[in-house]
Amino acid sequence: MDEVFKALADASRRSLLDRLHAKNGQTLNELCDGLAMTRQAVTKHLAILEAANLVTTFRHGREKLHYLNPVPIHQIGERWIKKFERGKLTALSELKKQLEKRDE
Amino acid sequence: MSKPEFVYTTYIETSAEKLWHALTDGDFTERYWFGHRVASDWKVGSPYRFTHPERPSPKGKVLISDPPRKLAYTWEACSDELKHERISRVTFDLEPRGNIVKLTVRHDNLDEGGKTFLGISEGWPMVLASLKSILETGRPLPSDLKSSSQKEETHA
Repeated sequence: MDEVFKALADASRRSLLDRLHAKNGQTLNELCDGLAMTRQAVTKHLAILEAANLVTTFRHGREKLHYLNPVPIHQIGERWIKKFERGKLTALSELKKQLEKRDE
Repeated sequence: MSKPEFVYTTYIETSAEKLWHALTDGDFTERYWFGHRVASDWKVGSPYRFTHPERPSPKGKVLISDPPRKLAYTWEACSDELKHERISRVTFDLEPRGNIVKLTVRHDNLDEGGKTFLGISEGWPMVLASLKSILETGRPLPSDLKSSSQKEETHA
């Protein structure tokens, strides 16, 4: 679990996860596209995310595709969120989303 | 082969045989798959079906059955409202590494943005986290879907 928190404690790595959340199954080239990060830096960050099992890779033909793997995040959530709280939390995060949308 | 829409990985402290049993035995799936029981003879070409007393469950056909390494099946609509969606495919790869098994679950041939697609993106992480928990600790993860009479468990 330490590895997961360490991997998440970096804005660049979180933005890579955001990109995979928006579009799953990307190649390194696709992930680098439009990012203000060197290819080398992206490779390094991806290795850390993969070691924490937050990103999983799959070979499709000649391409290596990267997928967001939310299983460890789910385990963290389940550790501290009691079953009766989840409904309330969903409602609250929905409310926050709706209210913030109005401010845009 | 189209590229898979989802690929999930989890590392579970167990044996490939136990993990295979956990994926294919109805008594076992009922405990961690939030009440869904699976049944099949797990021969290639045979049907399989999940059942749940209150909720719609997936069903399909066994495509690959290579115990305890690889299992694949088709995934058909859980409910009438999903009937028009494509029949998708789930593949489980079990790779033993010492006292740990790397489980990779691939789901492909999905209608992107469809209801099944959205359901799955929430469902698999929950099922896999629960599967890991039951095999390693003997307890599944607590769930909203479980009956409220069930005792709440603490997770250390």
